[in-house]
This record gives sequence, C-alpha cells and structure tokens, in this order.
Amino acid sequence: MIRVDVTGKSFGGSPVLGPCRFDIASGECLALTGPSGIGKTTLLRIVAGIDDSFSGQVERPDNIAMVFQEPTLLLWRSVIENLTLIHPDLSRSEALDMLARVGIADKAELFPTQLSLGQQRRLTLARAFAGRPEFLIMDEPLVSLDHDTAQSMLRLIEELIAATEPAVLFVTHTLSDAERLATRILELRGSPATPSELSRKDIL
Amino acid sequence: MTDRSAITALSLLGLLIFWSLAAWITGDPQILPSPVSLVAPLLAEIRSGELPYHLGHTLLRVIWAFLLAMTLGTILGLAMGRNERLNRWLDPWLVVFLNLPALVLIVLCYLWIGLNETAAIAAVTLNKIPNVATVIREGARSMDRELDAMARIYRLPFRTRLRHIQLPQLAPFIAASARSGVAVIWKIVLVVEFLGRSNGIGFQIHLYFQLFDVGMVLIYALSFIAVMLVIEWGILQPWERRVTRWRAA
Repeated sequence: MIRVDVTGKSFGGSPVLGPCRFDIASGECLALTGPSGIGKTTLLRIVAGIDDSFSGQVERPDNIAMVFQEPTLLLWRSVIENLTLIHPDLSRSEALDMLARVGIADKAELFPTQLSLGQQRRLTLARAFAGRPEFLIMDEPLVSLDHDTAQSMLRLIEELIAATEPAVLFVTHTLSDAERLATRILELRGSPATPSELSRKDIL
Repeated sequence: MTDRSAITALSLLGLLIFWSLAAWITGDPQILPSPVSLVAPLLAEIRSGELPYHLGHTLLRVIWAFLLAMTLGTILGLAMGRNERLNRWLDPWLVVFLNLPALVLIVLCYLWIGLNETAAIAAVTLNKIPNVATVIREGARSMDRELDAMARIYRLPFRTRLRHIQLPQLAPFIAASARSGVAVIWKIVLVVEFLGRSNGIGFQIHLYFQLFDVGMVLIYALSFIAVMLVIEWGILQPWERRVTRWRAA
C-alpha cells in the first residue's frame, strides 16, 4: 500500500501544491491528470522520493521503479548494460529476455544513442519492469511519440503491468490513455493544486 | 597514412625547415644550431645514458604530479560542483591558489619541506590542482540531474553511481584537464628541477645554460617534447576516443 499525505509544497515561498491525500493499493493503477504546469510532475517526484522538501509524509515500498519523461538512460553504456548495471542481480540471459519482451533484443550491444526515441522508451520500460517493482511511477511515458508508436507502447505497458502487478501511479495529459490503463483517475486543479477524483461520468 | 596524420607530419617538417632556415640566416651555431647538427650530440647523449637517465627522472616526477593533481583535483572539483555550500566556502581558496604564481609555490615548498623529491612533487601538484578542480567543477555542474534521480530511485550504490553515471559524464572534462594538465605539469617540473634538483631535464638545462650551450639545451628540451607527444598521441588521445565513442556511434 502506498499512502500519500502531502500537506503542501512551495517553490520560493509560493505554494504549488495544497493538501494531497490518496492511497494506491497493490495492483491498482492511478492516473494523475491536469493542465500543464499545475504540479503533476512535482507531486510525482515527491511520491517517488526524489523531492524531499515538502510538508507531509509519503509511505512507499523500497522496491520502486520510475519511467521518466525523458528516457534518462546511460548513453555511454550498451543497451543490455543499461539493465544489468541498474539491476545487478539480473543475469545476462534474463536481461536479454526482458529486452525481447519489449522488442529490442537485437539491439542489446548497441549504444542507446543508436536507438530511435520509441526504442529508447521501450528500453526504459524494460529497465523499470526488470526489477519486478512493487510500485511503478511513470511521468508521461508516451509523450513525443507518434500515434502508432504510442499505441504499441500502451499495449506493452498493459502487458507488463498485467504480468508484474505493481501499484502504479502515472501522469498523463491524454484522458483516453488514463481511462485505458487506470483503475482510478485523479485530476489536479486550482492554485495551490489539489487532487479530485474523476468519475466515468466526468470523463464522458 | 590518413589525411590528418599526413598534415601533422608535413606541419612538423615545415617547422624543421623553418628552423634550418633561421639557423642558416643566423649563421652562428652557438646562438642557433641547425637541426641536422644536433643529431650527433643527441646520439652521443643517448649512448652515454645521460639523456635516458635525466629523461626518466623528469618523466617520473611528471607522472607522480599528474596522477596526484588529477585525482585530488577531480575529487575537489566534483565535490564543489555537486555541493553549492562547500563551493561557497572553498571558492575563495581556489581563486587564491589559481592566482598564486607557480614560482612562489615552488620556493615555499622547498623552504618548508626541504630540497627533496617530496617538495618537488608537492609543488607541482599544488600548482595544478586548482586548474583541474576548476574544470571538473564545471563538468560536475553540467551533469544530468535526472540521472541522479534515476540512481536514487533504483538505489544504486555509490561505486556504481561514480563509475557508470558520474565519471562518464565528466570524461570530456577530465580529458580536457588531463591534456592541458600534462603540458603545464612538465613545464613546472622543469622549473622545479632548475631550482632545486640534481637530476632531470630541468637540471640539465640549468647546467647547459651556465655553459651557454644552446645545442644541448635544445636537445634536452626537444627530447622531452617528443616523449610528451608520444604520451598525447599514444595514451591520452586513444583514451579520449575510447570514452567518447558512444557519441560517434
């Protein structure tokens, strides 16, 4: 169970986030939406434990994984090393299996700079799921991808989530993506921003 | 031979021709001997073992000072680039040491530590650390913060972060400071040897300066330049190509 109880977050004295309280149960997928600049990524980074300067507390498991907005890969290490260095317990054959699941096994010895953006994002998914995380955080994982690539990535994310069953928190601008992946949708609104749950009726 | 190495060879040949012409116009081998006239004394110095002996001592001092300055400078620069509070405290020290003339540090090290090897290497190292730290600090500041966040999320141990995340990002800055560093260090080593050692290229230059033997001064200086070019082309440039090969991939 992930328990988020943020009472506030400010940048340079100006409040960005107001009270944000929600739980994510194991196997549950929570989507976070809202207009650009409202504070979605800020809240995500607080929940992930990257940003410590906030009021409140967050309970999260140790084994977490994150898919960043940008691929955030080790560009100077090979594709397979991007898995084995981050997950030292992963054997080479397990890493190759994981790359095969995301469809880039034949790129294992290349550098990430030799991959397309879509392939780099597949690699970040492989990296996230390779550690079988209890809690997966994704910050707009489909941003900057063309429609077909985004759809195949979405299918891949669905498959990997079904196989691994982590608790998931992801940020998206696209309500259709949120509807497809998420069991619940939270929208950040107002200033300072606070979350409110969207029902199916709100979305329609 | 590639175009690039052909141009380098031709350029060096041009320098030799220019030197020969200047020697011919000067017409006094005591002021400027021609390159050809230096071959016989060069071979004599090699055969007698004098040149390898002094070259070896200077090279050893350069290697020691280089390794110490690069290691300590990289640690200091990385720490200052990553920690703004530490940077605010240490930056004035860096400015003081950057502006302290090399000669003053050399003299002070000899006065405080004594006319020995430790003082010689310490003087060169202290001269170079601030330059290395300044370059590496810029590198540390330009590192990708998202990779730090990724390392934190996946709980990567310190050694993995340093070896696979931080040092590869610093590699171009380390290469730049190593290449400029090695050139500056050997020049400072020569001054150190000139002032207070009884062997090394600097000591020999001092000796032949007193004898007003321009030819021998040139032989010793050029021999070491040749060694440094071998280090640059044989070690530093291949290493730089290796660590940055992912950029060209």
